[in-house]
Amino acid sequence: MQIIASLVAGLVFGLGLIISGMGNPAKVQNFLDLTGAWDPSLIFVMGGAIAVALPGFWLVGRRVRPLFADVFQMPTKRDIDGRLIGGSVLFGTGWGLGGYCPGPAMTAVPFFRSETILFVIAMLVGMWFARQFGVTGPITKQAASA
Amino acid sequence: METEFTPIASLLGGMMIGASAIWLLLSTGRIAGISGIVSRLLPPGSSGVSTSISFVVGLLLAAPIYWLVAGMPAIQVPGSAATVVIAGLLVGLGSVIGAGCTSGHGVCGISRLSARSIVATITFMTAGFITVYLLRHVGGA
Repeated sequence: MQIIASLVAGLVFGLGLIISGMGNPAKVQNFLDLTGAWDPSLIFVMGGAIAVALPGFWLVGRRVRPLFADVFQMPTKRDIDGRLIGGSVLFGTGWGLGGYCPGPAMTAVPFFRSETILFVIAMLVGMWFARQFGVTGPITKQAASA
Repeated sequence: METEFTPIASLLGGMMIGASAIWLLLSTGRIAGISGIVSRLLPPGSSGVSTSISFVVGLLLAAPIYWLVAGMPAIQVPGSAATVVIAGLLVGLGSVIGAGCTSGHGVCGISRLSARSIVATITFMTAGFITVYLLRHVGGA
């Protein structure tokens, strides 16, 4: 059941992204262009998503366990550290440069635009590098403090 | 490159994203962070690979279904091939190091009222604003 539930979630997420206009990197980049061709649409996407998810998460959080799994896998880290800030700076810089973040880029892969494919390959290389060389998670934390 | 302001469609699409995130949490107990889901497919292996694969399959089905019903959406990718590659590398590195992206921190984390995610979202948005300002208004592009 978890497999089917995840597939449905992915499909609705992807359709939402395309309908919202966020599948178009120019629209995202224009949101970030406050002093130029500013397009505030992204605020409505995030606003709509949070307006639904905030009360929804609260309701789901009152359950003891999910429908088809044994436990909720919630993020446990609480510390606001250099890794969080540094990673977010790198992410935001790339997001501004290309107008793509992981969701819209993955969603746009089946349209087979060469720029999208190029972006996704580079993104996967970046993710792989960060995971492979332990710049993430508890593994690195130990490595960094050792 | 001007784009049309689309408050209604963006609000509707955003609400679908929120509904998807609730459904994933309710059904599988997982957070709908795309960078986390995608990076779990890469080595070294981790838990939740099978649900991550099916989520990505669902994500990849969205474009052909949309295309069949409503036609091809507008996609304008700004910048040269080199810019796109650098952008992709930074997004991949940054989302794994910072443990989240627009969906994981920006939508799900803020909806959980996570202080970490609120700080991350403010940080990557500020970096995005500065990057686009430099790119379009200082770099002469």
